[in-house]
Amino acid sequence: MGRYVARRLLQMIPVFIGTTLIIFLMVHILPGDPIRAMWGDKAADPAQVASLRHEFGLDQPLWKQYVDYMGNLFQGDFGKTFGGREVIDEMSESFPVTLRLTAVAMLIEIIVGIGLGAWAGLRAGKAADTGVLIFTLIVISIPVFVLGFLARFVLADQLGWVAPNVQDSTDYAQLFLPGFVLAMLSMAYVARLTRTTFAENLRADYMRTAMAKGLPRRRIVGVHLLRNSLIPVVTFLGTDVGGFIGGAVVTEGIFNVQGVGNLLFKALQQREGSTIVGVVTVFVLVILVINLLVDLLYAVLDPRIRYA
Amino acid sequence: MRGAKSAKWVAGAAIIALAATACGGSDSGNDDSMSSGKADPNGILTAQLSEPQNPLQPANAKESQGSRVLRTIFSGLVDYEPGTGKLEYINAESVTPNADSSVWTVKLKPGWKFHDGTTVTSKSFVDSWNWSANVKNNQTNSSWFQDIKGYEDVHPAKGAPKADKMSGLKIVDENTFTISLTGPVSYFAYKLGYDVWAPLPESFFKDPAAAGQKPIGNGPYKFVSWDHKKLIKVRKFDDYQGPNKAKNGGIDFKNYTTADAAYSDLRSNNLDWIEAIPVTSLTSYKQDLGDRAIDAEYSAIQSIVPAFYTKQFKDINPKVIQGLSMAIDRDTITKTVLHGTRTPADSFVARGVLGYKAGALGDVTKYDPAQAKKLIQEGGGVPGNKISIQFNADQSHKPWVDAVCNSIRKAVNVECVGDSKPDFQADLNARDNKQVKSMYRGGWVLDYPVNSNFMRDLYGTTAAGNTSGYSNKEFDELASKADKAKTLDETVKMYQDAEQLLKNDMPAIPLWFYKNNSGQSVNVFGKIPYGQDGDPIFTDVQVKAKK
Repeated sequence: MGRYVARRLLQMIPVFIGTTLIIFLMVHILPGDPIRAMWGDKAADPAQVASLRHEFGLDQPLWKQYVDYMGNLFQGDFGKTFGGREVIDEMSESFPVTLRLTAVAMLIEIIVGIGLGAWAGLRAGKAADTGVLIFTLIVISIPVFVLGFLARFVLADQLGWVAPNVQDSTDYAQLFLPGFVLAMLSMAYVARLTRTTFAENLRADYMRTAMAKGLPRRRIVGVHLLRNSLIPVVTFLGTDVGGFIGGAVVTEGIFNVQGVGNLLFKALQQREGSTIVGVVTVFVLVILVINLLVDLLYAVLDPRIRYA
Repeated sequence: MRGAKSAKWVAGAAIIALAATACGGSDSGNDDSMSSGKADPNGILTAQLSEPQNPLQPANAKESQGSRVLRTIFSGLVDYEPGTGKLEYINAESVTPNADSSVWTVKLKPGWKFHDGTTVTSKSFVDSWNWSANVKNNQTNSSWFQDIKGYEDVHPAKGAPKADKMSGLKIVDENTFTISLTGPVSYFAYKLGYDVWAPLPESFFKDPAAAGQKPIGNGPYKFVSWDHKKLIKVRKFDDYQGPNKAKNGGIDFKNYTTADAAYSDLRSNNLDWIEAIPVTSLTSYKQDLGDRAIDAEYSAIQSIVPAFYTKQFKDINPKVIQGLSMAIDRDTITKTVLHGTRTPADSFVARGVLGYKAGALGDVTKYDPAQAKKLIQEGGGVPGNKISIQFNADQSHKPWVDAVCNSIRKAVNVECVGDSKPDFQADLNARDNKQVKSMYRGGWVLDYPVNSNFMRDLYGTTAAGNTSGYSNKEFDELASKADKAKTLDETVKMYQDAEQLLKNDMPAIPLWFYKNNSGQSVNVFGKIPYGQDGDPIFTDVQVKAKK
């Protein structure tokens, strides 16, 4: 187990370097000079542009910029934005917001998704099951931004039940609506996945054994069936964290959440390399760690799985 | 987010049945008429703002967001009267030129204080300008000081600065200083209204970076806090001496991710003023907001510019460009595609600017397909009989570019297509490197309300704003003569003559003037007044007293 974790951690290094390099190159390959663009339609002053480019190291050869960037990164320095703020400050303001949003979405996804899936799975083939299948199909086929606008339009603009925008990103109650919208799509997948594995596992040998032993139904479903059915669901949930952070770009925009999706979107518009690479670097780390956690969780759910 | 915006239509369509029956949104009752009740002199206004790109240093506000805040915190020597563009004195008692307008004497109103209690003196201005002009200090607007003698010493084209002071600035006494220019500029006082000329307190120079986060100014509002990407707070400065005292207690500038989000908050009265109505709501906002809809013109112009360095336009007969101009149906396009958010342009100079002459371009901006065809034929036709208009796809330019092209195609049978660049950076890149294939979208917002700003700074051969390669010696001579004229009136008059010269040359095809389409909440008392730059005059906005 310890060796397995160590090996996985070591594997992260090349993945980490590779992804940051690719992002770094991609940002710099885009046409146009972000410094020049600060002047917009008006004429830029070449001397000032040169001075600013020098300040941000953009006058260095690309390989040197990357080496410098990575060197600073290992000392915990994510560089500065064009506005002169530390990227790390910007990230430490926005990541907690997105994590909160993701947590709300995750919770909704797990509770509603697994609950709905289990409910349908136990009634496979009946009307309830068909209802859930149709409902999830509808949810899956509506893009997130449509859902978001629809939710805001109906609940806030027309009915006035909720404020149209998040005023305070630290308030969980206000994050419920965007979190719900963000969770909808994945929730539908989780429900379908749970439903299928439940329906399948109902016919498994160990279920028959459990029933034959005369165990109470609550224990059969809650422990034997649920635990065995969760493995594919957990895998999906793990990869989904990355999806949430990506989806947050859209959801945060609609509901005015000042999170990391918004930070990334603005940084891309302004071609702010240090912020983009910084944010993506953290993304990559989060996803790598979560993948590791998911793999380790398998062993907890199914003791037959061993790591070497 | 653009994808998301257009998707609102889908959502809207799906919900139409609901909308028809649900009670009409948040616009409640008629007791909210704009000027009923009383104004609260200490009421706080909430306004939309995106995160300023740069620290809040006066010479660093190239984009509108930072300068919107800076203008509340700092007061310059002069300002302009909205509508007429006439000069009015703020922190200056007088700004007077010598006989040939090459040396200017500034007298300050005595007794002005910065928000930290220190006095505003000649030194506050001179130190500020010297620091801001210095190339080392990386202020995006540093080139604004280039008229001043000794500018090259602090801001050389290459290498490190030779001095940290401009020789043209001399302090006479505490409240008087002189500015020597490299040559005569009759309208120099007009330039002084721009943000960059603000004074800075002693404390600024100790730590300019920190001061950019917590600016101390001499303006009608004092800075309170900046919660990055969320909120900037400014409050009324009680000891303010200027004529433009705040009529409200302060402003909370709130950050919004999208125009749609801000509009939503405006409609539910969580926000008192928004920057612009989102494109998706332009057709409905006047019904939504009624009296509270804002539709104000400001001094900015949009045009399409031929790239004169291309084979196509190198030796073009200007008649061809005049013909193309007459093939554009500005009236219809501004009304339909642009939903009345622009007014057809009839000159190179935007309205509200000193020297703007209605109909200066005469027939050239009138839609007349027959005459257009004739002119193009006389001029020898459009080479290749095809043009393209370059624009950036990250803003909503495509609809009008398509409409302009359609109009040209229909009227004169010249093939016309949009040449889309993914974003503004890429668009600028092509313009700067002279890679525009045929024509490009050009835009200009006033820097100072004199007609020279819309001509010399765009069409002068060496003007930094000239990216089309247009050059006309006669115009250059006339412009430099106009700058040296004895009085401002003469200057303005000579630029009006220059405009006629440009009409024969057509360095660009003016399309339309901008309007500000915006809205205000029920908390605002009366209508929000607008300045010529397209931003509200925040000091004059009044907030309704709570009942």
